[in-house]
Amino acid sequence: MTDMASLMEDRAAAKVISDNLRKPVDWDSPKIARNIKKRYAAERRFKSYGLVAIGLALLALCTLALSIGSKGYSAFYQTYVQLEVTFDPAVIDPEGTGDPDVIGRANFDGLIKQALRDRFPDVTSRSDRRNLYGIVSGGASYDLRERVLENPNLIGQTRTIWLISGDDFDMLNKGYIDPTVDEGDRRLNDKEITWYNDLVAAGAVEKQFHTRFFTSGDSREPELAGIWGAAVGSFYTLIVTLALSFPIGVLAAIYLEEFAPKNRFTQIVEVNINNLAAVPSIVFGLLGLEVYLNVMHLPRSAPVVGGLTLALMTLPTIIIASRAAIKAVPPSIRQAALGLGASPVQTVTHHVLPLAMPGILTGTIIGMAQALGETAPLLMIGMVAFIVDIPGGALDPATVLPVQIYLWADSPERAFVEKTSAAIMVLLAFLVLMNGLAVYLRKKFERKW
Amino acid sequence: MAVVSQSAMTAEPSVENPKMTARNLDLFYSENQALYEVNLDIPEQQVTALIGPSGCGKSTFLRCLNRMNDTIDGVTIKGDVTLDGRDIYDKRIDVVQLRARIGMVFQKPNPFPKSIYDNVAYGPRIHGLVNSRDELDEIVMTSLERAGLLKEVKDRLQSPATGLSGGQQQRLCIARAVAVSPEVILMDEPCSALDPIATAKVEELIDELRSNYTIVIVTHSMQQAARVSQRTAFFHLGKLVEVGETDQIFTNPKDERTKGYITGRFG
Repeated sequence: MTDMASLMEDRAAAKVISDNLRKPVDWDSPKIARNIKKRYAAERRFKSYGLVAIGLALLALCTLALSIGSKGYSAFYQTYVQLEVTFDPAVIDPEGTGDPDVIGRANFDGLIKQALRDRFPDVTSRSDRRNLYGIVSGGASYDLRERVLENPNLIGQTRTIWLISGDDFDMLNKGYIDPTVDEGDRRLNDKEITWYNDLVAAGAVEKQFHTRFFTSGDSREPELAGIWGAAVGSFYTLIVTLALSFPIGVLAAIYLEEFAPKNRFTQIVEVNINNLAAVPSIVFGLLGLEVYLNVMHLPRSAPVVGGLTLALMTLPTIIIASRAAIKAVPPSIRQAALGLGASPVQTVTHHVLPLAMPGILTGTIIGMAQALGETAPLLMIGMVAFIVDIPGGALDPATVLPVQIYLWADSPERAFVEKTSAAIMVLLAFLVLMNGLAVYLRKKFERKW
Repeated sequence: MAVVSQSAMTAEPSVENPKMTARNLDLFYSENQALYEVNLDIPEQQVTALIGPSGCGKSTFLRCLNRMNDTIDGVTIKGDVTLDGRDIYDKRIDVVQLRARIGMVFQKPNPFPKSIYDNVAYGPRIHGLVNSRDELDEIVMTSLERAGLLKEVKDRLQSPATGLSGGQQQRLCIARAVAVSPEVILMDEPCSALDPIATAKVEELIDELRSNYTIVIVTHSMQQAARVSQRTAFFHLGKLVEVGETDQIFTNPKDERTKGYITGRFG
């Protein structure tokens, strides 16, 4: 009976619904009009949220770029001071041997100091003289030496030469030191500023493009410090990272996607790969410290260790991106190949992998960009050391660009502020370059297919 | 469905000198049984059509014939399938070679995103069927000719296959299958994604190919089965209900369910 009753009820409900369906809709009624208006308003609102979000993102990006650019652009220029240097044979080569070894060991610093004393003969007190010598950088003597070694005829002559200035004078010339504030509150005293003004008036101060910044390694003297050592260190580190993480990551992705049976074990592997991608990078640094340095005794501070550590960190990113790219290859292509009698490996290498390559490359380059910007794990394995020499290989001690930025940001000298920003610009330029490469490679592969 | 199952109704399943046979074939997707005790012979150089409502197991059966079901996880197969009297599920059978001998054409045209030439040349290349570029050229040309596509594409063999129309793509897939000189060609609803004109061309082609190959075709179109096939097998709910000469199946079906299906009462 109850069945019958419920059946009747259902019938009745169905009747009401079908009656409603049969009723014509009045598309001009105010209710419908209100509904349409509301829908349009919601759409406009949604669009404007998106615009605001993009606007905020752009604003943040512009602020960042402007702040870094305005602080850092001056690092690409360096103040030089013109002095009359006498290449005194008594100092350079007293016996007139012309032996490069003798010339190389000569006291060129003394020549520069002599030149400064000649330029400002009234400076006599010890402390004033010490300040006076600060006009020219300590590194200028190396330039002089090279000049003489290149052209020994200079010995005995007097030449007007542009010498790289000390960092405080460089800062003054770039306007970062305000001569109007109280003497005790600035790096340079009144006398030093008078000398500077004197030199400027004589036209003996100028800014030149600072090639040394791009060609030399780190230094305690800001005017001598360059980015090249860190760039080369980054290059070796990334090469090691790529050489390890790309093949391992892609092979792991292929195995998991195409060959692995779907069971509990592979599920656990999958979950853990996703977990690894979220592990803080410092943990990988500790792992690298323990395994590579303490157990395997690989050289400390070397790009090879940095690369090994970063490879661990990049692997999950590459595996996840590669798996997504492989999964996106339509199954019909696999079936077509298998149906023709291609073996599973042939199917993968001839069809799936080439089709997935653009996605895999994008993922890899994103991983590499991450590795390029990574600092924390490298601190753990000693790549934070102060290294002046430019590394000649993956086993030499080195530092990398982000660590160099960290080191400079930590240095007290005013002149390192602009170096820090300039180094950030160089790092960003590398990132842009890498992303450009990613886009180019992707386009190229896509055209081929 | 209130029709009583009569499993003994599989009339004349065997033919003389069959190219392929299936005996007591059961297939399970994990726990679900998709095929029940299928017994079917595929006669040589004829077109056998497999018909039946969606989900009846006809495509599954087709994929048993070249072991494409091996690629799906959790599939178990019981029973025997033979090609020229040899069990194709034997451990000693090389599945790669088997699939070269039994080609397949799929529902949706699936050319490789390569040139037309490379699509057809792929099979001969991986199986090492040719010794020289000239031989390969000849195979490609012959295959395209057989698939009735040569005239349309001979001026643009190096252009991408994905630029062809749907019907052309499907004929390219047939040419690709033909290029490895298979003995049997399996076709899984080859015309379902094509318009009537392209369908007519493919059907014509199937009829021509019959003289060289044994063809098994799954189709949803009764008319197509009637037009291209010599034998028709009707599947329902994973069972082979009836098989016989196409004329007999369509004019004088013995089973109620077959009659119901071909007259359009269900399915």
